[in-house]
Order: sequence, then C-alpha cells, then structure tokens
Amino acid sequence: MTAIPSGDDFAKHATVLAVPAMHCAGCMSQIERGLGQIAGIDSARVNLSSRLVKVSHSADLDDRDLVLALANIGFEAQVRHSRLDAPVSAVKPLLAPLAVAGFAAMNVMLLSVSVWSGADGSTRGMFHWLSALIAVPAIAYAGQPFFRSAWKALSKRQTNMDVPISIGVIVATGLSLYETAMGGAHAWFDGALMLLTFLLAGRVLDAMMRDKARSGVDALLSQAASGATIIEQDGRVIWSPSGDLKNGMVMRVAAGERLAADGRIVSGNSQFDRSLLTGETTPIIAGKGDDVLAGTLNLGSPVDVIVTHAGEDTTLAEIARLMEASTQNRSRYVRIADRAARLYAPAVHTLSALTVLGWLIAGASLYDALVIGVAVLIITCPCALGLAVPVAQVVASGALMRAGIMVKDGSALERLAKIDRALLDKTGTLTMGKPVPDPDTIAEMDAREAGIALTLASSSSHPLSRALAGALTARGVKAVALQNVTERAGKGVFGEADGQQFALRRPETAEGTAVALETGRPSSRLVKFADRLRPDAVGALAQMDQLGIKTSILSGDNIPAVAQIARETGLSAQAGVSPAEKQEAIGRLREAGYNVLMVGDGLNDGPALAAADASIAPGSASDVGLHAADFVFMQESLVAIPQAIRASRATMRVVKQNFALAIGYNILAVPLAMAGLVTPLIAAIAMSASSLIVVGNSLRLVRAAK
Amino acid sequence: MTGLALLIPVALGLGLAGLFAFFWALRSGQFDDPDGAANRILIDEEVDDRA
Repeated sequence: MTAIPSGDDFAKHATVLAVPAMHCAGCMSQIERGLGQIAGIDSARVNLSSRLVKVSHSADLDDRDLVLALANIGFEAQVRHSRLDAPVSAVKPLLAPLAVAGFAAMNVMLLSVSVWSGADGSTRGMFHWLSALIAVPAIAYAGQPFFRSAWKALSKRQTNMDVPISIGVIVATGLSLYETAMGGAHAWFDGALMLLTFLLAGRVLDAMMRDKARSGVDALLSQAASGATIIEQDGRVIWSPSGDLKNGMVMRVAAGERLAADGRIVSGNSQFDRSLLTGETTPIIAGKGDDVLAGTLNLGSPVDVIVTHAGEDTTLAEIARLMEASTQNRSRYVRIADRAARLYAPAVHTLSALTVLGWLIAGASLYDALVIGVAVLIITCPCALGLAVPVAQVVASGALMRAGIMVKDGSALERLAKIDRALLDKTGTLTMGKPVPDPDTIAEMDAREAGIALTLASSSSHPLSRALAGALTARGVKAVALQNVTERAGKGVFGEADGQQFALRRPETAEGTAVALETGRPSSRLVKFADRLRPDAVGALAQMDQLGIKTSILSGDNIPAVAQIARETGLSAQAGVSPAEKQEAIGRLREAGYNVLMVGDGLNDGPALAAADASIAPGSASDVGLHAADFVFMQESLVAIPQAIRASRATMRVVKQNFALAIGYNILAVPLAMAGLVTPLIAAIAMSASSLIVVGNSLRLVRAAK
Repeated sequence: MTGLALLIPVALGLGLAGLFAFFWALRSGQFDDPDGAANRILIDEEVDDRA
C-alpha cells in the first residue's frame, strides 16, 4: 500500500514521486496528461522547481504501479521517502520581511527626499512623524530575523554579524523617534530600513541558492532498492519496503533488480553486479548457499534470497555510517562570509564605541555623540559585505545549473576553488558504469543479424539486452519481425522466423560479461560487454592538468580493469581499494597539505566523498554518493569537472573583489562618519551605491560555467 | 498643502495594496513552483493527442 508516513490525511491516497529528468514544459504536460489517463489516478501535479510529481490516486494503486506508469511515459522516477519530505526552506519566512522592509524603505525615502530638498518647520515635522508611523512597525516586523539571531548570539555571550545590525537599527530608530518628538532636523528611519532591505535581500538570495541546489539533488536521491518482493510462508507474494524487511524473510530478486538487504541465496543461481558496492565491474557468479549484499544488482535469473542482515545491519548501512563520521571533518570548515563577520562585528563595535567616547571627550553632548556613533554603525553597514558572497554564489550556481551541474552547498564553491589534487573513481565516474557491447562485434554484424539481435534484445528488460538494443538503435539498425519471442529467465530471449530458431542467450563459457547471439549460423556470435570511458574523459583530464591539478585513479575494481583505464587515460592508479582505505588515502594527502577533490559515484566512494575537501558525483551515482557529494553533474561528459572548478575559481575571484569593494567603501566612508560629516542623504546614497556595485560585479559570473 | 494631504495617503494606500497583494500571493502558494509556473504557459492545451 502507498502511504507517505506523514500526518495529513490527504497523504492516504497521494504519493510524491521524484522525477529528476524533467526539465521543460513538454515534460510537464507529458507527465501530467500521461498519468491523468491512467485508471485509478485522480490527478497529477508537477512541481518543476523541486522536480516532484504529486499524484492523488485510488487506494488500489501502489508505488510500483506509479513508477511503472512513469517509466512507460519515459521518465525514471523514485518514490520519495518520508525522510526526504519537504526540506525546510529558508526562503519563505524571509520573503514577507523583505517585502515589508522594501515597501517601507521606498515610502520613507520618498518622504525623506522632500525633507532633504528643503521641507521645513511643521511640514518637516509632519513628514518625520509619517516616516515614524511607517518605519517603526515595519522595522519591528522586518528586523525580527536579525533581532532573534543577535539575541541568540548575545545570550550565549558571543557576537555575530547580526549584533551590530540590530544595535544600529534599534538605536537609529530610537534616536530618530527622539529627534522627531523634539522637532529636530534629522531622522534616520530611511537608513535603518534600507539597511534591513539590502541585508534581507542578501539572505533571501543565499537561502534561494541552497534550496534550489538541494531540491534538485533530493529528487535524485533514493536510488537504492526501496523494497523487495517477499515470498510468505503460505506462498503469497507481497511487496515490502526495505525498512520492513526482517531477518529470515525470503525475498525474490528478479533479473535487473537490486537487493534491498544482505542475505544468502536459497534457490537459483545468477550473476551479480557488485560495482555499486565495491567498484568491481566483473559480475560474480553466486548460487545456493552464497552470500549476497544489499545494493548489488542481479544480472541473470531470478533468485530467492533469505535475509540475514536488514536495514541498519547491511554492509551498505555500514558504509553510510563511515561516511557520516567523516562528514563532521568538513563541517568544521568556516565559510568566508562567516570568517569576515567574525572579524567585522567586533571592529565595527569598537569603532563606533570609540567614536562616541571621542566625541564625548571632545565636549559634545551625549545626544550628538550617539548620533555620530549611529552614523558610523549605519555607514559601516555590512550591506555590501552581506551581499558580497551570496550574490556571487547565486549567479555562479545558476550558471552551473544551466550547464547541468548542481551545487549542493554555497561553501562547496569556496572549497572547490582551492583544490590542487584530484582522485577519481573508475567505475561509473571515469567510465559510464554501464556495460556497453563491444563496438567491433556490432560492426561485424550484417543487417539481418543485427535486426534479429535488436528484436530479441528489445523484448527483454535485462540490463545487457537494454544496452545491446541501445547500441543497435544508435547505429540505425531496423528490427526484423520474429514470431513467438519469449524470454526464459536465466537463459535468454528466444524467437523464430520461417521455421528458423534464433536466440540471444547466456553463453556456455564466458569470460567477463557477454551474450551469445544465435542466428542460424553454424557458430553463435559472442558479443562481449565492457565498460567504456565517459565521452571527453581524456580532454577533461587534460584541462584539469592545465588548471594545475594533479589527478590519479583510486578504484575498488580489480587490477587488470583499472590498468586498462589507466593506460587509456595516462593516469597513475591504485586498484582494489576498500571504502575505508579510500578514506585513509584522502586523509594522508590532506595531511601532506593538499586540498583534495574526490570524484566518485558508488556506495564505496561515499566515505571518501565525505572526507575530501570537495567532492563531485555524476547524476547516475548511488544514493550515498549523491548524498555525500558537493556537486552533482547531470551530463555524461566528464568536462563537467574542470568546468565546475573554473566556475568556482571565478566565483572566488569575484567574492574577493566584492570584499575589496565593500571594505574600500568603508575605509573611505568611516573616517567621514567618525568626523561627524555624514548627513543621512550621503549615508543612504553611499550605502546603496556600494551594494549595487557589488551586485553588478557579481553579475559578471553569468557566463562562469564555460 | 491640501495636495499633500490627499496624495500622501493615496501613495501609501497604493503601496499597502501592493504589499497585501504580495502577501496574498505568498499565502496562496504562488511562489511554490516558480520554474513550473514559467513553463506552464508554454503548454498548449489544444493539442491533446500529440503525445
């Protein structure tokens, strides 16, 4: 039964599916209409931003029916697990304060301009009161995100960037109210509101970029087996999600299905692809009594497996734990913005305190000294500083997103920019991770032979058949009509035409992965399958070299397979490395002073991805791989890696320029403010100008992902 | 002065109307799927049997 374990009652008949591949209006209408036509489906609604489809349907359809229905429409989909439900967005709670601050700032500015242009006496008084009327509630509402954070920091006896902002805003508002009541010449409401507007804009951008990147990756997650078909003792066959699997249950694993738990084979024998788990590409043959691990793919015939380790006890979960442990290593990384804030907040406080003190000593009244102190706080407003990092990151990650590279975390761009050493996994990273039929063998086939092979291969869902059908279709082969095409599990696909028998079957003797094609000739043709390099792999590696990054292979696969790829790419390589050893290798390099980039996809790379300074995974990566990586590239080409590195380096250049601009502005403006020379007009103009310059500079990153 | 007494409330009122419109849009979920909304306009409802 479909059940999203969440509280609301609509969920009883609603399922949320992640469809990472949809990206355009065409996909949306195809999915919504295609699903709508299926009996039992009430409606389907696509959310393109998060790449999710919410389907409301009758109770007799279950998860697998929906995934199958989407597969028929042409989209790969996964049921979204409850643990991934609706990531909390930081954008929404900030939008309303931003709107209020923006609205109030514009109106107050309008009134202020009248005052600056010479309104006097009672008109000025009225305008100031009107400003106060608008500003005070607006500040009370829109300033909350800052006040709360500042209070939290202060109650822990720490300071952060929000403390000077809060003090500046509150004191400015208080003094302005006092001025207004006394009929004074200056009010600072506009300055306080502008400050809030710009800072909130920076935070919204920052949160938006995180949301956007995360939602895309979330939709990709959960590719590991979500459950298994269970044979009950009375012979009934039921579908059970992996969380409900218990030791002693017997699961039937069909060809092309992934195991959801570790277990021992009780009947049948087959070939298993363990590449996801160990990086090994050669399938292993396992029969009755052999142990098989969760995450491995059954390539051959259906087998019954008795569960020995389920859920948290599987090897898969063990790898996840290893990964969790090394993630903490990275979370100690301090983002540039935070480092700047740590230095900036005390500096600003000291400056304005010294200003107040200085003016008091020089004989100014307490009121005058405070006004000048506030002017210093406002003019050193970290607006430009607050925008410096998020705007650059949002623009750069938008550019990367358009190039098919998703950035999961803003700090990832900072970490990637520093990389000087890269380690690449082999299976699924340097190579496609999918078996591809030997192109020479295919080229040797004549049209009829190829046509028969295509007809047979396309009527099976076995991974090898699908790979063969794909390769043949790509060559423009036309299918030949055959009769009585049947698939016999574990044997192959069989068919006939004009009384002749044809078969695409498991070869009697085979080294590695292969199928035998029988087309009525005396001897059958053996089609070998091998993993092939990703397109542009060699070009991408050359670009990495140009960027000054030393690259080598770190693979869990066996020595001959790795040696082959090492020869093709000209990289040095290490083979047969276990997940924990990969992690250690990275640890050693880091200790030697390198900033290490890990590129990998498998479960076995998870701990290494988490341990490296930065990590990239292809979109086809395992659940664990996607989870651990900072970047996910959707295209097949490996050029994505140098592209991401160049973009992140460009981003860091712009961020540094932004900081220089923001700090340069302060160096100019602060002495003027301390001398008491800054009027509200100048403060407002200077502040906006510095923020706009920073935004303009960051926009240059639009073409960063080239 | 009488002009101001009329124009300032009008200006503020219009601004507030815009603000409330924004809040309404936010509450009614119009910012949930900005990419989808941008693409939905391209879906041609007439051509139904194309797919």
